[in-house]
Amino acid sequence: MMWFNLAKAQSFMPTQATEIAKQVDNLYGFLLITSFIACVLVIGGMIYFVWKYRRKTPDDKTAYISHNTFLEFLWSFIPLVIFLAVFAWGWYIYHDMRTMPKNALEINVLGKQWAWEIEYKNGYKTVNEVVVPIGQDVKLLLTSNDVIHSFFVPSFRIKQDAVPGRYTALWFRADKLGDFHIFCTEYCGTSHSGMIGKLKVVSREDFDKYLEQGQEERNLPLSKKGEKLFAVKACASCHSVDSPAVKVGPSLFKKFGTEETIDDGAKIMVDENYIRESILEPNKHIVKGFPKGVMPTFQGQLNENELSALVEYIKELK
Amino acid sequence: MATNSAHHGDNYINHEKGLWSWLTTVDHKRIGLMYMITVMFFFLVGGIMALLLRLELFAPNTAANVGQVLKNGDVYNQVLTYHGAIMVFMVIVPGIPAILGNFFLPLHIGAKDVAFPKINLASWYCFMAGAALAILTFFFKKIDTGWTFYTPYSIRTGTATVMMVLGAFIMGMSSVLTGLNFIVTVHKLRAPGMTMHRMPLFVWALYSTAILQLLATPVLAITLLLLAAEKLFGVGIFDPALGGDPVLFQHFFWFYSHPAVYIMIIPAMGVVSELITTFSRKVIFGYTAIAYSSLGIAAVSFFVWGHHMFVSGQSATAGILFSFITMLVGVPTAIKMFNWVATLYKGSVSFDSPMLFALGFLFLFAIGGVTGIMLATLPIDVHFHDTYFVVAHFHYVMVGGTLMALMGGFYYWFPKMFGKMFNETTARLSFVFIFVGFNVTFFPQFILGAMGMPRRYFDYIPAYETLNKVSTVGSWLILTGFLFGLWTIVQGIRKGEKAPMNPWRSKTLEWQTASPPPHDNFAVEPIVTAGPYEYR
Ligand code: HEM
Ligand SMILES: [Cu+2]
Repeated sequence: MMWFNLAKAQSFMPTQATEIAKQVDNLYGFLLITSFIACVLVIGGMIYFVWKYRRKTPDDKTAYISHNTFLEFLWSFIPLVIFLAVFAWGWYIYHDMRTMPKNALEINVLGKQWAWEIEYKNGYKTVNEVVVPIGQDVKLLLTSNDVIHSFFVPSFRIKQDAVPGRYTALWFRADKLGDFHIFCTEYCGTSHSGMIGKLKVVSREDFDKYLEQGQEERNLPLSKKGEKLFAVKACASCHSVDSPAVKVGPSLFKKFGTEETIDDGAKIMVDENYIRESILEPNKHIVKGFPKGVMPTFQGQLNENELSALVEYIKELK
Repeated sequence: MATNSAHHGDNYINHEKGLWSWLTTVDHKRIGLMYMITVMFFFLVGGIMALLLRLELFAPNTAANVGQVLKNGDVYNQVLTYHGAIMVFMVIVPGIPAILGNFFLPLHIGAKDVAFPKINLASWYCFMAGAALAILTFFFKKIDTGWTFYTPYSIRTGTATVMMVLGAFIMGMSSVLTGLNFIVTVHKLRAPGMTMHRMPLFVWALYSTAILQLLATPVLAITLLLLAAEKLFGVGIFDPALGGDPVLFQHFFWFYSHPAVYIMIIPAMGVVSELITTFSRKVIFGYTAIAYSSLGIAAVSFFVWGHHMFVSGQSATAGILFSFITMLVGVPTAIKMFNWVATLYKGSVSFDSPMLFALGFLFLFAIGGVTGIMLATLPIDVHFHDTYFVVAHFHYVMVGGTLMALMGGFYYWFPKMFGKMFNETTARLSFVFIFVGFNVTFFPQFILGAMGMPRRYFDYIPAYETLNKVSTVGSWLILTGFLFGLWTIVQGIRKGEKAPMNPWRSKTLEWQTASPPPHDNFAVEPIVTAGPYEYR
């Protein structure tokens, strides 16, 4: 089986972190080899013929061969058999991929422009980071807030669209500790390529600890809570907080207490009420140089306590 | 009419004079040339955009200077959208049928013109109007949906979706008109003695394509109108916020667009069949198999659209069915490949530039084909879907396949179209640069896709940097190749030697008339007594 493993090693697939990934790679390795042979036959045959039968005189005699039924049957039938075998093999793996295990750990994932919001059963929320225990079936329940996104973990060979207005699902059982990339593969606008998350596979104990910590965060001081919310609500995908660098929106670093010029040229003081207004009615006063209608309103998504936490956090960005 | 016969120097180019005579012409050859000029222009625009996209991807955005060619994600997404839409709707779909098909279909079957010359002219105007509308959006509100216009993004994004979609709609009308015209032409205007089974394979390919154009394009038209209605009036078909189903759009869209990829490739297969027989001076192997497999592919292509949607949330059963049917389309395609290679056997193969392009086609299409089978395989597509693997695959098929055939066909028929010969050396150089550059550009993208890099990315993680650099350098080689090609064409038209009637000693009818052909094609109506490729 040396050649087989060689083909897989040369396949450039990312680390295999699930059993399914290994199965997919086996099939892919097989396809790579058959494809290579097919190409050698066709391209090699072509090169051999054009060289062997290259024009020697301007009036070469050529053979008159219009068809050959047996040959033609053969080269229709053999590909058909190969294609059907590949199809059946693919079906077999796909069946496992799509059959959701019972008793899986369920995690809700919400795609939005441009971040993944993750919510565990105990109410703990994070953004762009999924933490799961090793060796356990995990089922992700996907949906979207706005447009279609697609949840892709290359190392797990899994992908599923997150469609607004309905749930789709995905399952995996990680068998390797470590951090893996999550990409969004359904084009979703401006920061589509920035919609990158991390999938952390940890031990059972670490996972339990992680969830507990999440519980404790409810008793955090106000600004810490704000920091958390800032991440969870994906404010960070558009506003930087540790430098004056402008992302999609203005930086919030050291902004509190300064003056901002808005689009009609007037100046406005960045105080508690301005921040609150910017969160709830972002289009009322647009900072000069930024387009209207980019930031969504958070009206109805934050309660008073959460608003104060955010204000407190922004106040303390120094 | 008192048209002088060919040896008095009267031909379709000098038959009438002045711009107005061109803009009002109903001569299929002149219309073919008009398509050629406009399509070449769009190709230039789409090509410049491709170069910009590649330049942006030369380095990740964290790199100083080079990372930010296109300023930000929005600009990149707009350029990407126009590149895709222009290349698909204005270059590859109309390309071979509208340029070479218009020019040569009647000549190939010994007819004076297409069945409805005025409709033919109208379809050019339709095409121009649609294209103009689509391109104008660029100067108002740019569109950033990608050429696939997926909902609900296309409904929410505040750009010129409606105008763009109307442009595509009107271009679709042009496609339907051309298809209709070709079908009737093939059935009604064949010269005496030319049975269906004596038609050149290029005609068979155009005929199959025409059927697809006629049946599939209206679906796109309706889909686009629904999208416009959704956007303008919020009717709630696709937008989940209004109770619509966003995935429904994908079903509609691919129900057209999958057959459309065959609209793009079948004509290319026709051209390649012509080139291979002519330049190996041998009867084509398996004429009937090639002819009917075009029809077969056309028919089955209506039932495979769901293979674009394996991870969209459609049911697993649907996925399995679509994968199965897709595998079946692989067979006629494979048959064609083997037939072409078998045709070379015991032939007399020359390496004139058109033939180089045909051989290049076989090479690239083989790779495009096997990677297509990979994508049809369910669990593998789950990993590859919407990654650069797909980008590489469709460029191998569309550009490596269709564009190579278009270039090859163009050089092949150049002497007939313009009555001049071109410079063989620069023509071969154009091939070498395009072929090498193409592989350097797109082969690394298969690897990027396997490594997991998603498509439509403005920026990427550092792990993908090296291969993206290689790919960008490749795009400069392609550019060089096309510049050589342009030079060859322009110099050929300006200073080429006078072309004989049949420089390649081909057997098909278009070579049995003067170069360039007279206004009504043949001095005497040809009578056909044998198949198209009787090289003995
Ligand atoms: C000079 C050769 C070309 C280069 C270097 C090039 C490059 C690119 C690049 C970088 C992308 C973006 C891929 C992504 O981010 O997903 C792209 C997309 C695309 N290209 Fe090309 N391209 C070339 C020629 C063509 C041609 C001739 C066609 C005609 C069929 C074409 C059709 C497309 C399509 C349909 C897309 C997808 C657009 C989308 O994702 O919305 N390209 N190309
Ligand atoms: Cu996304």
